[in-house]
This record gives sequence, C-alpha cells and structure tokens, in this order.
Amino acid sequence: MSTDGTDHVVRFENVGLRYGLGPEVLQDVTFELRPGGFYFLLGDSGAGKSSLLKLIYLALKPSRGLISLFGHDIAITPRRQLPELRRRIGVVFQEFRLLNHLSAFDNVALPLRVAGGRESEIQRNVDELLQWVGLKDQIKARPPTLSGGQQQRVAIARAVIARPKLLLADEPTGNVDDRMALRLMHLFEELNKLGTTIVIATHNQSLVNRFGHPRLRLADGSLTLEPGTETAWPREAPPLRSVSHGRGPRNAL
Amino acid sequence: MPFSLFTRRYDFANDRDALRHFLPWLIAFMVYLAVLALAGVLALNETAGRWNRGVAGTLTVQILAGPDAIQGNDEARVKAALGILRATPGIVRAEAIADSATAALLEPWLGGAGAIADLPLPKLIDVEMASEGSVDLQALSRRLTAAVPGASIDDHRIWLERLLRLIGTVKAIALAVLALIGIATVGTVIFTTRTGLAIHREAIEVLHLIGAQDTYIARQFAHRALMLGLKGGYAGLVLALPTLLMAGIFAHYLGASVLPQLSLGPAHWMALAILPIGVALIAMATAGVTVMRTLARLL
Repeated sequence: MSTDGTDHVVRFENVGLRYGLGPEVLQDVTFELRPGGFYFLLGDSGAGKSSLLKLIYLALKPSRGLISLFGHDIAITPRRQLPELRRRIGVVFQEFRLLNHLSAFDNVALPLRVAGGRESEIQRNVDELLQWVGLKDQIKARPPTLSGGQQQRVAIARAVIARPKLLLADEPTGNVDDRMALRLMHLFEELNKLGTTIVIATHNQSLVNRFGHPRLRLADGSLTLEPGTETAWPREAPPLRSVSHGRGPRNAL
Repeated sequence: MPFSLFTRRYDFANDRDALRHFLPWLIAFMVYLAVLALAGVLALNETAGRWNRGVAGTLTVQILAGPDAIQGNDEARVKAALGILRATPGIVRAEAIADSATAALLEPWLGGAGAIADLPLPKLIDVEMASEGSVDLQALSRRLTAAVPGASIDDHRIWLERLLRLIGTVKAIALAVLALIGIATVGTVIFTTRTGLAIHREAIEVLHLIGAQDTYIARQFAHRALMLGLKGGYAGLVLALPTLLMAGIFAHYLGASVLPQLSLGPAHWMALAILPIGVALIAMATAGVTVMRTLARLL
C-alpha cells in the first residue's frame, strides 16, 4: 500500500521544534511510519505529542530537520501543493475543532467539499457514516448542542470521511464511554485494514494494552519505540529509528 | 439566508460577522456619491456636445453701426460684406439678420423694442460654413476689414472655449471624485475582508488543515463581497435618485433662461443603473485578492 512509490508515509530526520526562542520541545526526532501501520503515541501531558502531530499534519513547521510526507519533502513542496497532501491526512483534533455554525452533516462533509466532491455522493457517504457512528438523529444538529462524546464522533467522522492514507487522532476516545471507545477503535482497525496508516495519541492504557500495536513514546523531547512491542511492527525491518539527543551513537539511516 | 438566490456555500459563521451589516452601508454611501458624480459628468458631457454641435461651422460677421460720413452707409457695407462672403469658397450661406431679429436677441439684456429703437445696433450676418476649418478665417477677416470698415468676425470660439474649459474642469473634478470613491471602496473592502479573515481565523485554519485550497476560501469571501456590494450598491442608487431629481429641478429653475437644460438620456440612466454592479465587482475582486494575499503568508 505504498504511495508515490515510497516505502514510508511519514519520515522525520533529526527534527527539532522550538516555539519562538524557547527550548526545543522536540529534539532530534527520527522515525518512519510505514504504509499500513498502526501506532499508539504515548507520553505524559506536555511531552510534545500534540506538537509532533501538528508537525505531521502541517500545522507547524519544524525548526530544523527533514519531514517527508508520502515522499514529499515538505520544506521544498510549494504551498499550493500542500492541500493535496493534507487531503490524504485525516485528523481528529484533541479539541475537535468542529465549525460550530455548521450542522454535523456539513462538518463531516467539509473534507469532501473542499476536494470538490459531487454533492449527491457527499450526501450518501456522510449520511452513511454518521449513521455508523450513531449520530443518525443528530445529522442537522450543530456541535454546541451535542454532548462531548457526540462531538468527538462528528470529529472522527470528519477525519475518516475522505478515506485518508494517514489518520492522526489526538485522544480520540477521551470523551466517550468504553463501549463507544471500542466501537471507534474498531472503526480505526477497519480503516487500517483498508490500508490507512493510523497514529493514535492516547492516555487510555487499557485500550493500548487491549490492542497490541507498536507504541511510540515521547519523553524529554525524544521519541523512542517502547520495548516489547517491536514484534508488532508491520514489517520485518524496524521502521522506527530513534536516538535520544546526546545519548550514545546515532543510528545511521 | 441572504444568498438563497445563489446556492453558493459559505462555510463561515454569519452571526459572528458584524461586518455583514457594516459593508453594505459603506458601499451604499460610496455608490450614492458615485452616482451623483457620474450623473454630473454625463450631463455636462451632453451639454458640451450640444453646444459644440450648435455653433460649430457657423460664424457671425458684425458690422458696427456708425456715422455714415465716416464708414459709409450701413446697408452698403452689409452688401459689400455679403458679396465678399458669398464669393469665398467653403461658405455655403450668408444671410443678413434683420434689425428686428437683432433687437429680439438683445431684448433680455436691454429691454423691449421701444428702449432700443434709437440705439445704433450693429448689423449682423449669419454665416454657415461647409465644415469647421473649410475657410481660412484669418484671411477672410483681413479681406473683410480692408473692404468693409467696422466689420469683424466672431466664430463663437472664444466664449465656447471658455464654457467648454469650465465644463472640462468640473468634469475633471467629478472624475477625480469617482476615482477617489473607487479607491475608498477598495480600501474599505480590504479592511473589512481582513477583519473578516481575523474573525474567522479558526474556521480558516480548520479548512486549511482538511485540505482546502486558498481559492476555496477566497471564492467564498469574494462571492460574499459581491452580494453585499450589490445589496449596498443598489441601496445607494435608490437613495441617489431623489437627490438627482431635486438637482434637476433646481437646475431647471436656476438656469432656465441662460443655460441649456442639463438632461440625461436613456443610455445615461443605463450607465447609472449599472454603476452598482461595477462597484460590487470591484468589491468582489478586491476581497478575492485580499484573501489570497493574506493566506499566502500562512503555512
């Protein structure tokens, strides 16, 4: 399931990120995400999980290092080509970021509309997906009238409606009960089986334990592969090559 | 929905957008001023053209009345002048104007026939040329003054040119006003569009992150500016019409006897009716360009 003939969906090389003149919140982050992979992203609050995700979904530029998405070095990709890359990425934002004046339907339809989809198809797909996430009766509701869990499901529906190649989810099960969390995880698994690479940032340890996917852990600004999960890697070669800043020799790429 | 006529999408919150109420009024004000300025320009154009057509190709020969002993008999001098004029190539007609007609021309200034009966009125000859410039006026003037004492040529150019120059100045001012209104409209739309972008920053960022091109966002802002511009523009036009009528009536009473009527033809009314569309199109283009430029600075 490779895209653009490359063997990675995301590649970071020595990526550093600092806000303004502050200290680096991410240091020498180096890793690759393989097509079809399913990863958990772990780390304490403030460890930089959201910052790392923002770098991947092109909401932030790195202070240094190389980021490549689907084989495109984003530092040299012209601005007008970024939307095309972004359309291959579905994002479930931690704070949902739904447009409050649009109905649930219109929110979920947005990724299709910005990509110029046909309205008849949009109607069918969005209806179907909203029904699947259990919001059939809230299709016309605006987000402020929905519960946190309902808003979260709208956000997830919006992230997956365009069948992205890469799905990034920041605490996607934080506001739903265990039963709905499981249901949503199964939605992600289904997508994964269809070839979507999935990265889920979460604190939900029981969920992480239940699904034996590889775990990426952010600590002290560095990304490491959590011991004991290498076997769950989708391919024989370890796609994650991360070295903590200033600790030991760096692995060659 | 203000745009139900066009089912174009607008992904941004209407109710958070106070400018929706603000921009049409600003545009209405601009269009109000623009309509008055444009109506002025059109009416003056019409007037200048009519005057020009009326006097072009004509001239008047004036033979001052004087004691016969010095200059010879008036009638004889008129005859001599007519002879010279009619023999000049390029002149198609030369007619002496009767004294009574001359008196009638002067009546508004000097009073009834009784008052001017004793005045030494100049003799006038109305001359029509084949076309403007078909006669060498300087040579004709030399020949006339040599042969006929007290004769002079007036080709109306002097007073016409003064009037036309005055009209030209007023027109230039009106056009400058129009240009300033255009600039002010562009400035207003840039300002309101930037404010709109700031108000909807969060929604714009989300649209970007889910893969919207700048043009997707710019189109929506441009379409909105067009609709708000049309709304405000026609409000301005409607407000300007009574003012125009009042100005017309006022001009009628003020200058009925001296000035030709300032009037607008159907084509002119059409131009005024189209003006708000022009302003709305300016607003649309400005909004689109502003959005594209502002967004180009984002990641």
